[in-house]
Amino acid sequence: MVLPLSVISLLALAALSPWLVRAAGRYAGWMAAAVPAGWFVWFASQIGAIAAGGVLAPDPVPWVESLGITLAFRLDGLSLLFALLVTGVGAAICIYASGYLGGHARFGRFMAALLTFMAAMLGLVIADDLILLFVFWELTSITSFLLIGFYREKEAARLAAMRALVITGAGGLALLAGLILLGLEAGTFRVSELLTMGDQITQSPRYLPILALILLGCFTKSAQLPFHFWLPGAMEAPAPVSAYLHSSTMVKAGVFLLARLTPVLGGTPEWTWTLKVVGGTTMVYGAVLAARSTKMKRILAWTTVSALGTMVMLLGLGVPGDAAAMTFLLAHALYKGTLFMVAGAVEHRTGEKDVERLGGLARRMPITAAAALLGALSLAGVPPLFGYTGKYLLKGGLEQSPWDSALLVAVTITGVGMMTAALLVAVRPFFGPRVGGEGGGGGVGGGVGGGKPASRTGEAGPGLLVGPAILATLGVLAGVAPGLFADPIVLGATDAVTGLPGDAELSSLHLFSASALVGPTGIALLGGVVLYVFRDRFRRSTAVLDRLGPLEGPALFDRGLAGVLALGRGQTRLLQHGSLTGYVRTCVVGLLVIGGSLLIGRLGTATLLPPHEAIRPVEAILVGLMASSAVAAAVFRHRLGSVAALGVVGLCAALIFLLFGAPDVAMTQFAIETLTVLILVLVFHHLPQFRVYTSRLRRAGDLVLSLAFGAFMTVMVLLAVDTGFGEPISAFFSEQSVAGGKGRNIVNVIIVDFRATDTFGELFVLALAGMGVATLLIARRQRSGAGTEPGDEVVP
Amino acid sequence: MNSIILRTATTALLPLLLLASVVILLRGHNEPGGGFVGGLTGAAAFLLHMLTYGPARCRRLLPLPPEAIIAAGLFVALFSGLAAPLLGEPLFAGLWTDFEPIPGVKVGTPLFFDVGVYLTVMGSVLWMILSIAQWPQAGAGAERGFVDDPQPGHGEAER
Repeated sequence: MVLPLSVISLLALAALSPWLVRAAGRYAGWMAAAVPAGWFVWFASQIGAIAAGGVLAPDPVPWVESLGITLAFRLDGLSLLFALLVTGVGAAICIYASGYLGGHARFGRFMAALLTFMAAMLGLVIADDLILLFVFWELTSITSFLLIGFYREKEAARLAAMRALVITGAGGLALLAGLILLGLEAGTFRVSELLTMGDQITQSPRYLPILALILLGCFTKSAQLPFHFWLPGAMEAPAPVSAYLHSSTMVKAGVFLLARLTPVLGGTPEWTWTLKVVGGTTMVYGAVLAARSTKMKRILAWTTVSALGTMVMLLGLGVPGDAAAMTFLLAHALYKGTLFMVAGAVEHRTGEKDVERLGGLARRMPITAAAALLGALSLAGVPPLFGYTGKYLLKGGLEQSPWDSALLVAVTITGVGMMTAALLVAVRPFFGPRVGGEGGGGGVGGGVGGGKPASRTGEAGPGLLVGPAILATLGVLAGVAPGLFADPIVLGATDAVTGLPGDAELSSLHLFSASALVGPTGIALLGGVVLYVFRDRFRRSTAVLDRLGPLEGPALFDRGLAGVLALGRGQTRLLQHGSLTGYVRTCVVGLLVIGGSLLIGRLGTATLLPPHEAIRPVEAILVGLMASSAVAAAVFRHRLGSVAALGVVGLCAALIFLLFGAPDVAMTQFAIETLTVLILVLVFHHLPQFRVYTSRLRRAGDLVLSLAFGAFMTVMVLLAVDTGFGEPISAFFSEQSVAGGKGRNIVNVIIVDFRATDTFGELFVLALAGMGVATLLIARRQRSGAGTEPGDEVVP
Repeated sequence: MNSIILRTATTALLPLLLLASVVILLRGHNEPGGGFVGGLTGAAAFLLHMLTYGPARCRRLLPLPPEAIIAAGLFVALFSGLAAPLLGEPLFAGLWTDFEPIPGVKVGTPLFFDVGVYLTVMGSVLWMILSIAQWPQAGAGAERGFVDDPQPGHGEAER
């Protein structure tokens, strides 16, 4: 039962974190990091067993037994790779957040959201039930909304958070449908059982809808074209969020699910081609835009989009690609986490986001610069860093797959863009000259102009350094000595993805083979340097991309959203016009149409006047009084008169209840009538002048409508009396009232005992109604500006 | 309202009405009455006071603000229903004791549930009516009050 405990403990820590922050202040992140770090160690201790083909699957706990949904968790190679990333990078991020946001007034809230996200992400990767997995999936969407929009006072942040939520939320809905279809088709929601059913699923007629829906969910989450745009926008988030969610966890959830379901859904031409085309396009697009950007975090965001595309494409290649995808994934998490944290540190210390305006930071921030350089080299795929291993296997995967020269070209272009991006984020701000005014300039060193001196010179604090330093070091270690930890982790994950044990071909033996530097890698690196040198000309010549604006995601998204809102406004204006008589008219007409059409069918078969007892004189008098009062209420030219006439109607109704043996209802009716009069007295002065507002024609129409409605109600009541109900339940109630309910008042026993749950719901409705009235009046009072406390003499 | 008759009557009637509302509540299980009408009667008692002395003094007279009375009522009703599952009965099943502090009134969870109904009803009515009574007077209200018929150019064409 240790496995689910990891998720629970993180959730508990999240719940406690506001108090932790209150107690420990800015060091709360250091303390909170202990929990994910502890779990990281535990997961690391499982590497050996899992890599040897073992699986950790504690007994599932039943959840919704009737639907076969269980709280099942399972740790295999793929889960382990992700669990290590989530907890390991998570611990580093906790510390980093302390340094970055430690003094912020809402730091406690931030930590709570961050840790909840961490728990959700961890749950997502170790869940062994499709529905459980989906719950965690949605939880990551919601918590990432809170994290992206953390700077809630900034409009851009709110907008970015909403875009991310709408896009990933919509994808989530598609995913839910896909997962349910998949579960129904397979007859089980357990992932581990699904893994062996690949043939059955891919042969089934529902395969295509399942595939389409699940891919939609994965592509939105992992920012594939054309859903990519929320990811660069999400850079409005604080740097720890960017480093964690948008490099190594949240956006990889889509890749994770693709990898997880590869044995179930993969291998078909539909799967292969969709992934190759979508992933490949995203990869190239992201790389080109990364090379064009100038803001540090934005460059990184575009390289993330590109990397996600690469992983999706690799998963589309099949077995040789899977190994590369897993390697690339680990490498990407390590270097991208490093680089985002570096970008945050630079922004934190200098207040500048634009790489072209930064320069010479290496002397002031040597450790940051070193981490940046290591991360960037890995990003560019320079040997011997781990990123190179990823790139190398990537090409290996391409070569082993059916030859696909288009993809090779795409990969090379991407390599060029990545190299340029690496130079932009690691060389330009740290080693470029401390000049670099508006627009930068040609040449390796950037242009000349007024340099922007770093506003807070000096190295970043330990909180901002620990994380990137650790991740950068791991990146180097994984490249230089892959046997240390990278190989077993990646091999275990690959086995889980391919479903074939032990294809240990991953080796880094070829790492320094002479052919490595020639061929595509060399071209990419060289091209990247060239592109970096001529980046200004590149930006100008591709300016056409800027003009794609109206066709791009954000613009389309905003237009769609505006359209939905306009539709809502339009139908609100149509239906919610604010005229009370209009509302009554709508309700009456609606009831007449629906009820009338039902009645007409029955009229033929029913007898309208069933046998009945003789009408007593007192009943006739009451009914006559009611009818004449109702007419009087409608024709009186004085409001008070109308109100009094309505009161007579109500009191007569109460008397009828009394006559027919319902003293409870009568009592209540009396009380209600009294209070109604009181309310009318109180609002008397607020009502508009009591005079005729409507045309004669309109009043005639209303008269017809009223008569029709009265006739409808009469017929309906008569029919209802005639309709046989089978055995009436009242006999049961009278029998059980004293025996079961211990009360002689049947009405009350029904209310408080037999139907107590209903009553409880009604109590809530009543409370809400009271709240509604009170808040509406308060809102109106504040709007009309009469904010002063009304005196006691208000009442007439 | 500055009437000595009303003020004197209120002083005498308020406790009597409140007592009556409690009686209605308690006897409800066997005779006509119950939490709902009891709550309405209780609210009416306070509203009589409001008519005499004004809403602000009425609010001060209340032991709790109306919204808190509602909350208390919902909690009492909820907890009366939560007792049954603890004993393996379905939610909101009635549990009775043989304890009968007042002749005719047995103690059981439905009694507490009815007390919850009483409080919720009373709180809601008081909340609504006190809010209306403290609404800004005349002027603003007359033009911006509830629209009970279309104003010129507002949704309706014919005049």
